[in-house]
Amino acid sequence: MKRTFAAFALAAATVVAASSASAQNYPTRPITMVVPFAAGGPTDVIARIVGEHMSKTLGQQIVIENVAGAGGTTGTTRAAHAAPDGYTIMMGHMGTHGAAPALYPKLRYDPAKDFAPIGMAAGTPILIVARKDYPAKNLQEFVARLKTEQDKANEAHAGVGSVSFTTCTMFNVMNGIKPTRVPYTGTGPVINDMIGGKVDYACDQIVNLVTQIQGGNIKAYAIATPERSPALPDVPTTKEAGLPNYQVSAWNAVFAPKGTPQAIVDKLNDALVKALDDAGTKKRLLDLGGVLPTGEERTSAWLGQYVQQEVARWTPILKAGGITAE
Amino acid sequence: MDSFLGNLELGFTVALSLQNVALCFAGCLIGTLVGILPGVGPIATIAILLPLTFQVDPTGALIMLAGIYYGAQYGGSTTAILVNIPGEATSVVTTLDGHQMARQGRAGIALGIAAIGSFFAGTVATLVIAALGAPLTKLALIFGPAEYFSLMVLGLAFAVVLARGSILKAGAVIFVGLLLSTVGTDLQTGDERLTLGLIDLMDGIDFAVLAMGLFGFAEILRNLDNPETRDVVQAKIGRLLPGKEEFKQSYKPVLRGTILGGILGILPGNGAVLGPFASYTLEKKLAKDPSRFGKGAIEGVAGPESANNAGAQTAFIPLLTLGIPPNAVMALMVGAMTIHGIIPGPQVMTKTPDLFWGMIASMWLGNLMLLIINLPLIGVWVRLLKVPYRLMFPAILLFCCIGIYSINNHAGDVLLTAFFGFAGYAFYKFGFEPAPLLLGFVLGKLMEEKLRQALILSRGDFATFVTSPVSAGLLLVAFVVIVIAVLPSVRRGREEAFQE
Repeated sequence: MKRTFAAFALAAATVVAASSASAQNYPTRPITMVVPFAAGGPTDVIARIVGEHMSKTLGQQIVIENVAGAGGTTGTTRAAHAAPDGYTIMMGHMGTHGAAPALYPKLRYDPAKDFAPIGMAAGTPILIVARKDYPAKNLQEFVARLKTEQDKANEAHAGVGSVSFTTCTMFNVMNGIKPTRVPYTGTGPVINDMIGGKVDYACDQIVNLVTQIQGGNIKAYAIATPERSPALPDVPTTKEAGLPNYQVSAWNAVFAPKGTPQAIVDKLNDALVKALDDAGTKKRLLDLGGVLPTGEERTSAWLGQYVQQEVARWTPILKAGGITAE
Repeated sequence: MDSFLGNLELGFTVALSLQNVALCFAGCLIGTLVGILPGVGPIATIAILLPLTFQVDPTGALIMLAGIYYGAQYGGSTTAILVNIPGEATSVVTTLDGHQMARQGRAGIALGIAAIGSFFAGTVATLVIAALGAPLTKLALIFGPAEYFSLMVLGLAFAVVLARGSILKAGAVIFVGLLLSTVGTDLQTGDERLTLGLIDLMDGIDFAVLAMGLFGFAEILRNLDNPETRDVVQAKIGRLLPGKEEFKQSYKPVLRGTILGGILGILPGNGAVLGPFASYTLEKKLAKDPSRFGKGAIEGVAGPESANNAGAQTAFIPLLTLGIPPNAVMALMVGAMTIHGIIPGPQVMTKTPDLFWGMIASMWLGNLMLLIINLPLIGVWVRLLKVPYRLMFPAILLFCCIGIYSINNHAGDVLLTAFFGFAGYAFYKFGFEPAPLLLGFVLGKLMEEKLRQALILSRGDFATFVTSPVSAGLLLVAFVVIVIAVLPSVRRGREEAFQE
């Protein structure tokens, strides 16, 4: 809280001193990018890779500040209430800017109204995976079997509100499956127990799973993107496998607080797009299994309407899944 | 054997390049210096220093990061000994006898034996990783929720033995620790528990917040309470390095600690936490005169510190061979590896053997560096104790606050620490030990998680804990440990029980 206040005080001083002329010189000091998750996670990794190149374009360092907690909503709340001067931005996420309103009824920000969207950074595709000896040859058999097994099947997730939780809720609701859901704290233990054969299936981001699938420790039934991933060319898309409506990615996008001057938004969007066009940065993101935005998807206006779309999509699914965090 | 030596040779060729030796040294040094700040543990240190590694190639970066990790780990032990503040769960035990030794003017000896024990443990653990890393992975996979829960029960049994005073008081304190561990969001339903509606408590209480309050802040209050004893401590500064006698007392605890810590470190879900506690319990039970423990017994530093370092090292096994991080620090290492374009997993060993073996070789090198860096530094650290307390305590408080803030960038955490500081002071006044509370707190979180997972998977059938032979065996050992701990005191009657 104190920090926010200090940021406000500082911002007020800056505004008085330079007013709107500041947008032209922007940025004149380092920029803080709030990452609402712990250092080392997929969102943090993407923020650091993109941020490094954006720093070069902007001529000022982008400093990553990890403010983890409450499924990412703590850091997002802080960024929403920061001074709209372009010096505090954040890496938002499918959870914080899509699923959160349904999961956290007491949310202190509105993903659509409290932010000035900058642009999409990268999404990581979601995979449906199972223990390696699960008796189903393809996705259709798998779904059919889960439907008959219902709560006899064990689905593992990385905690209420995590990507694996929300995306698998969608998978379950869509197929009318009510499995026994086993909560873990993070993806690592989920994979550990899946390799050990203790749980049946899970949904999660490709970056957490890719080496385990390549190594044959677990098996993947489908990838929830329109096209196959170069990292896993043998894994069919959900469309190919007969579940075309299951399209979901853990997207990460840059946001600034509402009220940030348009000139600054444009500068940040330009830096972001340049980062995504850079061959080195692009390769690093693709190596992670990342899906990068193209054409119109790179504009800030597109991100604005995408957030609305995501909130509208997740709310009924998570309500049907029957869990909200207080 | 041929391939083993060949692999090690490859590893050392990579690790001994000028650049990598320099990076390893830099990592260890920076890690030690940052890690020694009270409240700044390995996680915060690595997160802060991560950007430093961006300009280097992946192998060099990982070698440096690993160096930072050992350095921070070791730096944490230094703070535990000198100012009685454990930077993380694994150095809680070190405060018990390490800080007592410092109070007796034997800080240098405690630091020296910690460095030497750690080096030995690190060397053995490195060899184990190199030789047996791949087969040992299977051990991690046997441990499902039921087995893990039983291991935690065994850990709680250690906590009872840890207590210096009354077993009843120790038991009470452990339960407070367990209770504190339930604060936060419910794992399964996502509901808030015991948070009093405070957002700061939504994710539960951070270990560092609790430890820094109960130990760090409370220690300061205690010292300000009776300044005389503090000045006595400053007057005596003994030898800086352990002598022959100390080595004779320590080598067996070091050996045993290495084995215990090494095995526990491989287990998933932060088994390494148990290493130092288990080692301390073992040494106390084996000692001819257990009453020396808690009053500056060198075995109580040598064993746990070796266990700590062995576990810190073998925790790399599940990460390097399976790609599964066993604890929060390793999860951060995964992130660091992915930033450098290496996704840890079973293929790292075959796809990038130079990176894999280079890193293993650098582990040993890192341990050697730590010894080289730390033995001369001991003199500097010990002299720190001579700083007048009126200058020392504001500095400790300041660094603690910075450290706590740096964990999550939450100001609320600092306030919470202050609260636990007063609680710790009250504990001290009423004669309760904070160490078992911390163990209860650490184990409580894991225990609840594993208990619920095991019961969800067994559909509520408690038999799951005895049908698995590993789980049943661990529960049996836990039972025996408790009986051994409680029986003599029952026989000797309450009077003596309160003294042991």
